[in-house]
Amino acid sequence: MLESTTATLDAAVEYAEVEHLSMQQALNRALDDVLTADPKTLVFGEDCGRLGGVFRITDGLQAKHGDARVFDTPLAESGILGMSVGLAMAGFHPIPEVQFDGFAYPAINQIVCQIARMNYRSRGKLPMPVTLRVPSFGGIRAPEHHGESLEALFAHVPGLKVVSPSDAHDAYHLLKYAASRPDPVIFMEPKSRYWQKGPVDMRDGGTLSGARIVRPGRHLTLVAWGAMVARCLQVAELAAEDGIDVEVLDLRWLKPIDAEALARSVGKTRRAVVVHEAPLTSGLGAEVAQLITQQCFDTLKAPVERVTGFDVPYPSGDLEDEYIPNIDRILLGIQRVLEYRRG
Amino acid sequence: MDILQPGPVTVGTAPSASETTPGLAPEQLRELYSLMASVRFLDTSAVAWQRQGIIPGYAPELGQEAAQVGSAYALDLDCDFAFPTYREMGVARTIGVDMVAYMSTHKATWHGGMYDPQESRLAPIQAVVAGSVLHAVGWAHGQTLQGTPGVALSYFGDGASSQGDVHEAMNFAAVMNAPVVFFIQNNGWAISVPTEKQVAGGSVSARAAGYGMPAIQVDGNDVVAVYEATRRALDHARTGHGPMVVEAMTYRRGPHSTADDPGRYRSLDDERIDAGKDPLERLRKRMLADGIADDDFFAAAHETARSEEEAIRAGIEALGPRPGSEMFEFVFQETTPSLETQANRWREESDHA
Repeated sequence: MLESTTATLDAAVEYAEVEHLSMQQALNRALDDVLTADPKTLVFGEDCGRLGGVFRITDGLQAKHGDARVFDTPLAESGILGMSVGLAMAGFHPIPEVQFDGFAYPAINQIVCQIARMNYRSRGKLPMPVTLRVPSFGGIRAPEHHGESLEALFAHVPGLKVVSPSDAHDAYHLLKYAASRPDPVIFMEPKSRYWQKGPVDMRDGGTLSGARIVRPGRHLTLVAWGAMVARCLQVAELAAEDGIDVEVLDLRWLKPIDAEALARSVGKTRRAVVVHEAPLTSGLGAEVAQLITQQCFDTLKAPVERVTGFDVPYPSGDLEDEYIPNIDRILLGIQRVLEYRRG
Repeated sequence: MDILQPGPVTVGTAPSASETTPGLAPEQLRELYSLMASVRFLDTSAVAWQRQGIIPGYAPELGQEAAQVGSAYALDLDCDFAFPTYREMGVARTIGVDMVAYMSTHKATWHGGMYDPQESRLAPIQAVVAGSVLHAVGWAHGQTLQGTPGVALSYFGDGASSQGDVHEAMNFAAVMNAPVVFFIQNNGWAISVPTEKQVAGGSVSARAAGYGMPAIQVDGNDVVAVYEATRRALDHARTGHGPMVVEAMTYRRGPHSTADDPGRYRSLDDERIDAGKDPLERLRKRMLADGIADDDFFAAAHETARSEEEAIRAGIEALGPRPGSEMFEFVFQETTPSLETQANRWREESDHA
């Protein structure tokens, strides 16, 4: 079944150097490129075939690459992930999709007990080059289980890597990068940013491992990922009006976390606020705060502050603006750090 | 041949009973007996090893020798792949897995065992009940995509059949027409819970109809019947007819594991009545009656089993713990800075101590 599609593999992919794409388009192009370059790649999940996915990330891919390589599965997430294990054992590079973050819960057994452990269990003989795409985080007034932030849960599991892009450029390049790695990667797509356009340098992705400074500054570092990066950039603009020069660090990789980038940035600014949508307790903000404190304790001007979601189930759409860190709450967090005085 | 009820639970395009099923040659029957004798001796010895402190624990498969040896004997090892649970020692032995490497899981050397799964055609030992059933489906679908003739043989039990993953696996396999055989060893017990409190609808194979899959329920203590049923199912899947269910009705004669105490949930009388005929004794009588083996053959088979066990035990006793660095080495193909830091600190601190 694969033969019909492999003929296109050598077709040269020519792009203008910089294109203006939405994140949805960038992800779609990344999958297209990976399917073209690597005949072992398979893209599948609920409604990923003919419909092109509920967010249209896989739009047109089945028509172009064939229904053997881009296909719909029955509606069962454990099945999708369990099947991915067997496909990886058979030499394929699965890129499954879980339609929404909260739908990863029924697949946790296969993700945690199988995908994350098979390389270890088999002493490296059965690698799991599985890139699990998860439309993630809140902000679109969706029903229950459609706005979850699972990064801490995944990052806690030995054997998984976790990444989240914040703009179209990184979405394009990080997805291609993740899909070319030999280890399982949970790829968390900030669904509220799918339709935001931005420049994508199709040829040069830059450095794809580690964090990225998206706005340099001198007085304080905002650490964020996913949809919170754009919000932190807005906050930085507002703070600048008051003469506060904020650096925004997009963490990108939530496992492994780029500890050196945190040390470099906060070593310079001496103050840090971590922002995430996930609940406070045992969130990744705690891990980030510890890494900063460990490395920058002597020069820190204030304890690392966290501005996060609350320890509540993700609320209904009417209340989600109360839950997700907004500009005011982040500014107040910055203020607390700037006003901190040692007792 | 004791293939029970190929009819009532069979739907779709099951291979008909009239299909040519070449009988097993005498030397194959002798091989099957020898395998079962080796498995029986190693299995009962492993329980003794645990009592002697050679290994910390073991999950015996006493009574399931015919189900395991007969089914695995039907595999084509050039292209097929078996997906075990934690109780498939007989499968491993039958397909020629390095048995020291296999038994090392029970020595607590390495969870998945020390054997190479790809070379052995046996997935790593699996402790999650029904954990590998979906893997078999994915692997099988991979064969379809590659146009290769391999069939996945997925082992699980009556207890595992309660897991939702088994439903998802059967449905996925049927929808995708995947070349996979679901081989259920219905051994009567899921630790302390009997099948009647575990499996609604009377049997696991009865469910196949709901997925449009054919199924065979077979006397799991008859090695020839098990082989024949599995061979048919593998042929069915290999020839593009999709998945199939084989349910081998057998009996777990031993405890669930060396930590279990069956006296708390069943009596010795129950065991005697329910266990049915001993799979080895059955084949022995049949071979004697058919004149294809004599007492010398059986004595030699038992002597081979004994010396095999001796060599495996020596290998297990000689097996030291793996270097602690392997805890870190196999987490990823590409390690992370944090993991390297942790490994370095572990090394420094353990050297210090």
